[in-house]
Amino acid sequence: MKVFVAGLNHKTADIDVREKVAFNGSRLEDGLIRFKELPEVEEVLILSTCNRVELYANVRDTSKASESIKILLSEFHNINRKLLDKAVYIYDDVNAVRHIFRVASSLDSMVIGEPQILGQLKKAFELALEKKTMGILLNRLMKKAISVAKRVRRETRIAEHAVSVSFAAVELAKKIFTDLSGKVFMLLGAGEMAELAARHLMSSGVREVIVANRKYERACEIAKEFNGRPVKFDDFLQEMVPSDIVICSTGARNYVLSKGQMQKVMKERKQRPVFIIDISVPRNIDPEVNNLDNVYLYNIDDLQGIVDKNKFERQKEAEKAEKIIEEEIEPFLKWQSSLDSVPTIVALREKAEEIKKEELEKLLNRFPDMEEKQRKASEYMATAIVNKLIHQPTVALKEYSEDRDLMIAVIKRLFAIDEEKDEDK
Amino acid sequence: MGTILFELALTFYFAATIVGIVELFKGRKITSRIMLSFVLIGFILHTANITYRYIVAGYIPITNFHEATSFFSWCIVLIFFILQFRYRVSLLSPFVMPIVFVLMLSSSMLPQEIKPLSPVLQSYWLGIHTVIAFLGNAAFALASGVGTMYLVQEHYVKSKHLGGLFVRLPSLQTLDELNYRLITLGFPLLTLAIITGSLWAESAWGSYWRWDPREVWSLITWFIYAIVLHARLTAGWRGRRAAILSIIGFLTILVAFFSIKLLRKGLHVFL
Repeated sequence: MKVFVAGLNHKTADIDVREKVAFNGSRLEDGLIRFKELPEVEEVLILSTCNRVELYANVRDTSKASESIKILLSEFHNINRKLLDKAVYIYDDVNAVRHIFRVASSLDSMVIGEPQILGQLKKAFELALEKKTMGILLNRLMKKAISVAKRVRRETRIAEHAVSVSFAAVELAKKIFTDLSGKVFMLLGAGEMAELAARHLMSSGVREVIVANRKYERACEIAKEFNGRPVKFDDFLQEMVPSDIVICSTGARNYVLSKGQMQKVMKERKQRPVFIIDISVPRNIDPEVNNLDNVYLYNIDDLQGIVDKNKFERQKEAEKAEKIIEEEIEPFLKWQSSLDSVPTIVALREKAEEIKKEELEKLLNRFPDMEEKQRKASEYMATAIVNKLIHQPTVALKEYSEDRDLMIAVIKRLFAIDEEKDEDK
Repeated sequence: MGTILFELALTFYFAATIVGIVELFKGRKITSRIMLSFVLIGFILHTANITYRYIVAGYIPITNFHEATSFFSWCIVLIFFILQFRYRVSLLSPFVMPIVFVLMLSSSMLPQEIKPLSPVLQSYWLGIHTVIAFLGNAAFALASGVGTMYLVQEHYVKSKHLGGLFVRLPSLQTLDELNYRLITLGFPLLTLAIITGSLWAESAWGSYWRWDPREVWSLITWFIYAIVLHARLTAGWRGRRAAILSIIGFLTILVAFFSIKLLRKGLHVFL
C-alpha cells in the first residue's frame, strides 16, 4: 500500500503535450475505469486541468505501477511513449503525499496561490467517489489535502494580492471607489494594453464608457465593442469631468494632460476622486497631476512595481505554506502506516491468544480439581504475560518509521505469522 | 459597587484597545472578534455603572467631570457599535478604542462620589441638553477616527506603497462618505445642544448667551463643522481636507472640554 503520483504539468510539458494527455469530458470517466482495471493499481483518481494532468493512486510496487500506467497512458491518448517519458514525473510515499498537498495548496501552480486548483481537485475527488475508483487510502488522502489547502489559505496570505497588471488596477480602483458599478470610465487613446485593462474593468461593471481617440473612426469601433460612447479627441478634457476612471494610452510623444488642465477638471467635477492609469510609454500625463487632491495617478511602472512586490510577497508566504505542509505530512503517514500494520497486529494478537488458550487448557486438564479462585488467578497471570509480551511489538508496529516494511516482515518471521493467512483477514 | 463596575468597564476597554493595536499589526478574524466582545462586555458594564449612578443619585449622572467624561465615552462606544453593525467597517476599532480608553482613564482619575444635585442643575434641561451635546460630540469623535483612517489609506494610495494596512482598510470612498455622514449627524446635534443650552441658561440665569468660555468654545466648534459642511457642498472639500478638518474639529472639542475643567472658570465650572 503506497501513495503514488504520475503526472505532468506546465513545468515539464509544453501545451501541445498537455493537450494530448488531457482527459476531457467523458474521456475522464473512461480513463478512471481503465486505470482502475490495471492489476498494479488498487485505487486511482485523475486530476486533469489545463496546466496539469496527474494520476493519484494506491499501488503496491512503484516501478511496476509506473510502467503499466505509462503504457496505458500512451495507448489511451495515442501519444508517443518517448514524449511521455520526458514529461512524466513519478513520486511515491512521502514525496507523493507532499506533492499532492502542494498541488492542492496551489504551491505548484503556474501562478502561485491561484484559487481554482482546489475546486478542480474537489471535482476530481467527487468524480472518483462516484465512479468508485477510490478506497480508504486515497479517500483519506484527498480529504486531508483539501483541509491542508484550506489551512494554508487561512494561515498565510498566499492568495491575497493581485499578480497581474490589470488585476492590480482593478484592485486599486476598488480601494478608491467602494463599488465600480455606478462609475463612468474613459478610454483615452486606444492601445492594446488599454483595451485589455478596459476589459477587466468592464467585467467589474462600470456604468458608462467614453472613448476618445485621435482617429475618430477608431474611437467609434472601440466604443461599439464596449457598448460605449465615442467622443472627439479635442473634447476629451470636457469629457473628463464626469469620468471617474481614466485609462490613457495615446501614443503621443509628450504630455496630453497637464496639472493645470486637470486642476480645472477637478474643480468642475467638485473634487470627486479620479483614478487615472497612464499606461503609455512615454508617459502621456504629467506626473505632477498625482499631487492634486483626490487625483490618483498610476503609470505602468507603478502598477508593475505593485505586481512584482505582490509576487515577492506570495513567494514569502509560500515558504510559510511549505512549513505547514511538512507539518501535515507526518500525521498522515502515521495513519497510513498504522493501516499497513493492522493485519499484522491482528494476527499477532490472535496468535498470542491461541497460545494462551492452549496452555491454559493443558493446565486445567492436569489439575482438574483446581479451585475457582486459583483458576481465575492462573487465567489472570496468563493474560498479563501475553499482553506484556506483545505490547512492545504492537507499539513498534503502530509507529511510523522509515523501516516500517522491514519491521512488519521481522515481526511476522519472529512470531511465525503466516503471510497468506493474515492477508485474507 | 458603581466604582467596581466602572473600573471593570475601564479594564475591558483597555483590553480591547490592546487587542485593537494587535489587530493593526496582525489582522486575523479572531482578533477582531475578541476585540468586539471585549468592547461589548465593557459597554454592558459601563451601562450598568451609569444606570446604577442614576438610580442612586436620582438624576441623570452627567453632573460632574467624572460623569461627563464617562458618559462621553459611553456615547462614542454606542455610535461605534451602530457603525460596526450597519457598515461593517473593518479596522475601525483600533482607531476609535484608544480615544475611548483615554477618556475613560481621565474619567477614572476624577472624584467619583455622588453628591446632592446643586440647585442650578435641577432642571429637565439637564438630561436633554447634556445627552444631545455628548451624542453630537461622540459623532464628531468617530468622524475624526474615520478621518484618520482616510488619511492613512490615502497615504498608501498616493505614495503607491500598497503594503501594510492597505488591504484591510476600507476604500477611500467608504471612509469619506462615513466621515460625511457622521458630521451630518453631529452637526444638528451640536446646533440643538447650543439652542437647548441657551434656553436652559435663560431659565437658570435669565439670559440666553453670556459669552462664558464653554459657550465660546461651542461656537468655535460649531463654526468649524459648519465650514466642513459648507466647503464640501460648495467647493467640493472632500477626502483629505474633510478628514483633516474633522480631526481638527474633534481636537478643538477635546481642548475645550479639558481646558474649561483645568481653568475652572465660567458658569460651566461643574463640567
